[in-house]
Amino acid sequence: MITLNHYLFVSGALFALGLAGVVIRRNIIIVFMCLEMMLSAANLALVGFSRFRVTEGLPDYAAQSLVFFTITVAAAEVAVGLAVIVALFRTRQSVEVDAITRMQG
Amino acid sequence: MPTAPELVTQSAPLMNILLFLPLAVALVILLGRKVLGVNVCVFLAVASSAICLLCSIFNLGVVGSETIRLMPFLFLDGGKLLNVGIDVLHDGQSAGMMFIVTLIGFLVQVFSVKYMEDDDAKPRYFGALSLFLFSMTGIVLADNLVMMFVFWELVGLSSFLLIGHWFHKPSAAEASKKAFLTNRIGDFGFMIGILLLFGANHGDVSFAGLRESLMMGPLKAAAGTQGWLLTAAVLCLFMGAVGKSAQVPLHVWLPDAMEGPTPVSALIHAATMVAAGVYMLVRISFLIAASETGAMWIAGIGGVTALMAALMATQQGDIKRILAYSTLSQLGYMVMAVGLVGMTGEAMGGNAGHPAMFHLYTHAFFKAMLFLGAGAIIYSCHHEQDIWKMGGLAKHMPATTLTFAIGTAALIGVPGLSGFFSKEAILGVAWGECKWLFAIGAFTALLTAFYMTRLFIVAFLGKARSESASHAMEVRLPMLVPLLVLAFLSIFSGYHFLGGPLKAMAVHGHGEGHYTVMGISIAALLIGVVLAFVLYKGKDKDPVNIKLFANKFYIDEIYAGLIKVFQDGLAWVVTGIEHVLVDGLVARLPAALVAKVGQKARLLQAGQLQGYTFLLGAGVILAIYVIVFVLPGVGH
Repeated sequence: MITLNHYLFVSGALFALGLAGVVIRRNIIIVFMCLEMMLSAANLALVGFSRFRVTEGLPDYAAQSLVFFTITVAAAEVAVGLAVIVALFRTRQSVEVDAITRMQG
Repeated sequence: MPTAPELVTQSAPLMNILLFLPLAVALVILLGRKVLGVNVCVFLAVASSAICLLCSIFNLGVVGSETIRLMPFLFLDGGKLLNVGIDVLHDGQSAGMMFIVTLIGFLVQVFSVKYMEDDDAKPRYFGALSLFLFSMTGIVLADNLVMMFVFWELVGLSSFLLIGHWFHKPSAAEASKKAFLTNRIGDFGFMIGILLLFGANHGDVSFAGLRESLMMGPLKAAAGTQGWLLTAAVLCLFMGAVGKSAQVPLHVWLPDAMEGPTPVSALIHAATMVAAGVYMLVRISFLIAASETGAMWIAGIGGVTALMAALMATQQGDIKRILAYSTLSQLGYMVMAVGLVGMTGEAMGGNAGHPAMFHLYTHAFFKAMLFLGAGAIIYSCHHEQDIWKMGGLAKHMPATTLTFAIGTAALIGVPGLSGFFSKEAILGVAWGECKWLFAIGAFTALLTAFYMTRLFIVAFLGKARSESASHAMEVRLPMLVPLLVLAFLSIFSGYHFLGGPLKAMAVHGHGEGHYTVMGISIAALLIGVVLAFVLYKGKDKDPVNIKLFANKFYIDEIYAGLIKVFQDGLAWVVTGIEHVLVDGLVARLPAALVAKVGQKARLLQAGQLQGYTFLLGAGVILAIYVIVFVLPGVGH
């Protein structure tokens, strides 16, 4: 029997993996993909909550519609993010995160 | 509180003119001197003092004493707690003094018209003279100590303005500062004295109120239970007089005040500033009479001043300084007289006549004349003030010499002249009260005769010792007339037809030992004159050389040293505080702290995206931890 906890466990694992990737990996494209994975983890959690919050035999659709919004916004964000990465590559000739240190104090 | 008569504002045209005309003229001149032009300003000042002189002549011969309120000034709680007004105490003492002040003020202004004719700042000078007259009038007319204090300070201000008239000369600027600061020390004591009486007498500081309360009222009770209170009040008030009347140890400003124009010196020395202290002491003589310790101190300080100043005068070379020290010495006489009369326990003054006031009057005439005479000499000798560079002036300036000789004779107390009578009156009291002070007084009389004769011989007799002295010319009429008027008064003001209306004649003076006193003082006079003749006749430079006297007992140097020690010490402490507290604790320490923290915090800003992300994550976790686990526990 699969319960909410299983979903949340998977979602947490995905989120942790994503965060680890964001913090550790040097390639900015991989970092970006890890970011997307963290988003997906959040979506999974939402869907899980929706599925297991049953009122009068029906799941809670509010969370599922929120997931649609998240996916749409994420798509837009990916477009912007990839554009930024391309622009970055043009100026730096590299997609390594270490190359970007202009924010140093 | 004694039931003081309710004072309502009255109109007293004479008093109003006397008090407020000089003020109005001073204001008009000081504000509108550019518009009015020099001549109008001078005319206004001289005319106003002439009017004041007329008013004060009408005022003479007053009998009894009355208080007139010109206007209310300070009151608290509807006048119950504090009720001080611009009140005029109209009695013999104020009328007589008023005459002296306005007369000398008028003559000095007339003299100044010629003396200051080349000065660029004539309007300022005459405006300040009017202000001076106003301040002095206020002191003379004052019916209460607070009003007197207000005008007392105004005298300080106007003397500052006049002594520093040539302020572009550093010595004059310093002298005016010195006069002002030294006076402030005395004024501080005066203020404490007023406050003491104010507290002891429940807010009534009018002379009439104090006198009444001393006879039967709070002051009498206070004197009975706390004897020190009256003594303290008297000594504090006396401190004010020590400053204004230049007694030891606050005498140092007076000789330096010679930096001002000579007519100003005449005014300060004869009728205004220095007289104010003595006048005030005579006004409160009933208080002094009630405190024997206070009276003894006053007499003692007066005697010491008289003696020390006379010793210093014997070794000075500057004609104005000799006169200045002689003023100091004569003021010492007056103050001594106040103390001695206080020791007899009788209250004089008011309409009764007081030896100190008597000497103040006669001294005012001859000292004003001597100073104006010195002014005439200095004017003729192209601003030469050293008597050793004069000589033979008697040939060139016969009229001035004659008046100067009369002034000298009056000052040293030649029998028949005014100074003789007033000095006799003081020595008479001293003979009766304290033989020591009598000895000091007699010796001072000898010294006075000595140094004045020395001045006269060196400056007027013999042959001219410098170019400017040999070309000296008799001064013109505007300068001569004041001299002649004052010479007349110097001779006759000791006699009843002149001294009577001034209410100054000392009533007793013909007491026990009168002839002994007279004999001793005439002997002192003769010894002094003969000694000076023997020593200085035909000399071209000073045959006597006593460093201690020439350097004024090194008092200025001692003060300079003391000030240096204390001021430098204070500065050292303040610098230390600044270095440790302000520089270190307030400025340097926080700066170092911030710099250190910033240095460390910089390392966090590595510019690496992932580092920031990590910190962000850690922060979020921390926030969640705090919100979920810590906060709910708080408050339980």
